[in-house]
Amino acid sequence: MRDMKQDFPILSSSKNPIVYLDSAATTQKPIQVLDSIRKYYEESNANPHRGSYHLSMMATDAMEEGRNKVKKFLNVNTQKGELIFTKNATESLNLVAYSFGNYFVNEGDEILISIQEHHSNLVSWQRVAKERKATLKYIYLKEDGTFDYPDFLSKINHKTKVVAVTHVSNVLGFINPIKDIINVSKKYGAVTVIDGTQAVPHLSVDLTDLDPDFYIFSGHKLLGPMGVGGLYGTKELLDRMPPFLYGGDMIDYVEEQETDFAPIPAKYEGGTQNVASIVGLSTAIDYLQNIGMEQILAMEQDLVAYTIKKMKELSFIEILGDLDQPRIGVIPFQVKDVHPHDVASILDQDGICIRAGNHCAQPLLKHMGYSSVCRVSFYLYNTREDVDFFINKLKEVRRWLGYEA
Amino acid sequence: MRLDDIYTELIMEHNSNKENKRQLEHADTCKRGHNPSCGDDITLEVSFDGDKIKDAAYTGSGCAISQASTSMMIDLMKGKSKQEALELIETFLKMIKREITDDDELEELDDAIALKNISNMPARVKCAVLAWHTLKDAIDESNKEQ
Repeated sequence: MRDMKQDFPILSSSKNPIVYLDSAATTQKPIQVLDSIRKYYEESNANPHRGSYHLSMMATDAMEEGRNKVKKFLNVNTQKGELIFTKNATESLNLVAYSFGNYFVNEGDEILISIQEHHSNLVSWQRVAKERKATLKYIYLKEDGTFDYPDFLSKINHKTKVVAVTHVSNVLGFINPIKDIINVSKKYGAVTVIDGTQAVPHLSVDLTDLDPDFYIFSGHKLLGPMGVGGLYGTKELLDRMPPFLYGGDMIDYVEEQETDFAPIPAKYEGGTQNVASIVGLSTAIDYLQNIGMEQILAMEQDLVAYTIKKMKELSFIEILGDLDQPRIGVIPFQVKDVHPHDVASILDQDGICIRAGNHCAQPLLKHMGYSSVCRVSFYLYNTREDVDFFINKLKEVRRWLGYEA
Repeated sequence: MRLDDIYTELIMEHNSNKENKRQLEHADTCKRGHNPSCGDDITLEVSFDGDKIKDAAYTGSGCAISQASTSMMIDLMKGKSKQEALELIETFLKMIKREITDDDELEELDDAIALKNISNMPARVKCAVLAWHTLKDAIDESNKEQ
């Protein structure tokens, strides 16, 4: 396997060497992605869907090629579903919460979410529940930190209107039994909203097979640029729901008092889209597919196993969640007596980037009895050398706070 | 910047010193402050004797910087009038923002002057100022109640 770091300018720069272990927050970008964005602006930039001139057509093509690329990548059944571009996963989730939640969730209905949810899939449904006088219910964790499937079965019922669950936890890294969750939810007539933000970068996601009502992802977590995300939805629901953002490009006819909206996907893409980022995302998908999603996950899980083995040798490290359950490249941990924010600052001195805090999942941390944890997360550019460097520096952290190692 | 400019002995001492980390038997004002991004969460209790801060203490959890800063502030504030306390808070915040750099002017901050270098570590500024903002809120609230 060639050294992929060479493709990532920020990781191969000798000026400020870094060991980047925060890819669950955002990934670094390969030169191919950066070049494609530059090339778009140098050669094809215009406002898509508007001009009747060649350049605008090129921009439109770039955007629609990007849409087709994403649909193929996620194996979307194009008869059944459509892919909407948004600015990120948070916007995708809010689109569903506003355009579906505000109109289809009624008083007395139940919204079922998991305690693992990122704030974007939690606060947005909390709001819908409050405004629509619905009940917000939570699926909790098993002792080992994984999704409590029996708890899910005991809480879903015929009043459940929405089941909003993450495919992979951004804190624990465990993969949830999303296909079973979708199948059971359908039997109860509940609409499924799956947050795939942490799944799409690491797993081979097949939306034809999973067949959710909505599936959400973010471009910048899979080597793409910031500013573009996606929402998969069934045509049936997307056609029935009202638009989310109103304005240019999402209309057919506008009269002084009335407007006809454009068909999907344009209906949900009001305003000028981030075409350059869509182009970058499209290149990122090419990059990932050249390596292969199975290969990416295998590399990550090899690194996770290696890191956990090294961490277990350190008596002052506590890893959250069962160590034998399969994870994507995410390991949450605590350093005895040292607050996570101090751990992150101390490691930062050696160019090691880790995340510390509540990871936009305060209810999950509270449920597990923490206010803050450390997290390392890997992607395809990380190596065992990165892990060795991190572990060596981790051994020194407690000394800074005046403890014996 | 070197790490030992921040993780100084003085800060470590205050971080591990639990004298100020307790509940007051009688608190006039109780104010919670937290940093949602990193999880520092403190509750500051203050008892007043007329216009003077008679006693203060805190509970909660947070990083070494936030805990040390809170402890240093409590040591400094005991016996001060509300107005003096507000002025000291102002001086501390100006030190962090590097609007005051003269050590003579900063001397009145006692131990808290050790946090001067935190301005070189932007990610930690919020931790250092948390308690000071919380005390300002507590004093403002107690002034309003009167």
